[in-house]
Amino acid sequence: MTTEASGPDIDAIDGAQPGWVAWLRRVPVTLALAWLVVFIVLLWAVAPGLFTSYSGTVGVPGEQLRPPSLEHVLGTDGLGRDLYARIVYGAVHSLSGAFVAVTVGLLSGTLLGLVAGARGGWTDATIMRLVDSMLAVPSLLLSLSIIVLLGFGTVEVAIAVGAVSVARFARLARSEVIRVRRSDYVEAAFGSGGTFWAVLWRHILPNSLTSVIALAALQFGSAILAISTLGFLGYGAPPPTPEWGLLIAEGRNYLSRAWWLTAAPGLVVVLVVLAADRISKAIGKTAP
Amino acid sequence: MIRYLIGRVGQALLVLMVTFTAAFLLLQALPGDAIMIKFMSPDMALSADQIAEIRAAYGADLPIWERYFNTLANFLTGNFGYSIQAGVPVSQQLRVNLPPTLQLASLGFLAAIILTITIAALSNIVGMAWLRSAIQSMPSLFISVPVFWLGIMLIQVFSFQLGLVSVISPGPVERLILPVLTLAIPISAPLSQILMRNIDEVLAQPFVAVAKAKGASHTWVLWRHVARNAVLPTLTIAGVLFGELLAGAVVTEAVYGLNGLGGLTNQAVGNHDTAVLQAIVVISALAFVSINLVVDLLYPVLDPRLGSKLGMTA
Repeated sequence: MTTEASGPDIDAIDGAQPGWVAWLRRVPVTLALAWLVVFIVLLWAVAPGLFTSYSGTVGVPGEQLRPPSLEHVLGTDGLGRDLYARIVYGAVHSLSGAFVAVTVGLLSGTLLGLVAGARGGWTDATIMRLVDSMLAVPSLLLSLSIIVLLGFGTVEVAIAVGAVSVARFARLARSEVIRVRRSDYVEAAFGSGGTFWAVLWRHILPNSLTSVIALAALQFGSAILAISTLGFLGYGAPPPTPEWGLLIAEGRNYLSRAWWLTAAPGLVVVLVVLAADRISKAIGKTAP
Repeated sequence: MIRYLIGRVGQALLVLMVTFTAAFLLLQALPGDAIMIKFMSPDMALSADQIAEIRAAYGADLPIWERYFNTLANFLTGNFGYSIQAGVPVSQQLRVNLPPTLQLASLGFLAAIILTITIAALSNIVGMAWLRSAIQSMPSLFISVPVFWLGIMLIQVFSFQLGLVSVISPGPVERLILPVLTLAIPISAPLSQILMRNIDEVLAQPFVAVAKAKGASHTWVLWRHVARNAVLPTLTIAGVLFGELLAGAVVTEAVYGLNGLGGLTNQAVGNHDTAVLQAIVVISALAFVSINLVVDLLYPVLDPRLGSKLGMTA
């Protein structure tokens, strides 16, 4: 799909590079790497079978606790399961959990913030005091309280993690709405007879979206961290699920004999979170 | 000024009340009945009448609004109810478990401050550009590391690979080294990010240029003129940091098998011991709100420029 062979275009005649090359050059290396990490992990989640021939849950007898080698890139665990395969198959659990968490936080938080910012008055005060009190409790404690209510499991943990971010999204959406509301074109939209919800949907929401998406990317990384923490504490999916936090928890039992069991899944978590952080910063820069 | 004070205190109390109510609804009113979980199990072999009696003793059979006001009155007098699982008052459990966590948290906080100052100072003193940018990107890395994994890695490296910290029966000081480090590293991340940004901002101010023009060295300007101005704004995240310390302690204690509030929290979640959890949630919110209140009220005193601004508007 390149334009190189399609004959001389305007850029080429000028002696300059085609537009997409120039565009690629402007992308910082770290940002490109971040997208690459996210892309690979997404592929792991969608089609794990393409990346490994081993099973993520069934071990090979007699191959227990092998250190990393050509045969097992990241070694094997105490039941002879290939660690790389387990990490690849675990991607779908961590990613879908983070996706659910961010969706929960984004939708309910943004809605709350939009309504608070647009309505003002008592509605605003009530919603914001609720948000304040959510921020007053450490996020891990808040998640744990919700888990007590919902029970243990992958979806429950994801919802608990997402509920924590509701407050952040609400605050951001509210401040964005207040910023946009003051602008002339929103005044004009109201003046030309737009109803409250129509103006909200047509004018305020689109203009607040960039910062909200930047926060969503950041929260995606935090959600992966939080989900792995709750998985490690034993509140997420039960074993033999290869969820990343659970992998680290299981590897802890072999700390003195098999360093790779804890080191490798942790490094993957760090890389994904760093990537989400980098992408969030890049999106945030484009915000008005 | 008085009006500002009353308004600020009132807002803090309101947030606390909302938190208490939400925690009550979430943990006491909605399902997940700890009494049922403990006493309905077949090996207890209790009759329905006996269970009803136990529920009455805990006050679980009263209508919800009555329980709400009872709990509120009890909390105000420092009575946090009974832990269903342990059968002892929650306040007694807190008395046992709070001191070790406070010790861990305060040592971790101290270590985090030392780490923060080191990072901020190095990032401004080191001459080589590549090393400086490496130091400046350390906080983003620290934020991205799962606390529990960090703890495990520290055990791995310092105990198993290097053999520096003994795993089996370590001394009282030796036992705390790795947990304190585990707690300090993630806490230092937001602190040093804020400090480094403030230092950059202060360095751009005219009085720094004047000091430099008078012939002061970079290091001298940094310590004598910039540091004081740059440290003050970090106070604003003190409340958030407290929460991070507490959450970090929950995870750190789980990794190192230490006793404390973290262990208590984990037990409470596992046993659906909601009274314990509610007490911990409300107490941590109380601490957060009070810290923020103190910082807000203290800030104009520490930074007179802000005080005069407030005096004019309030």
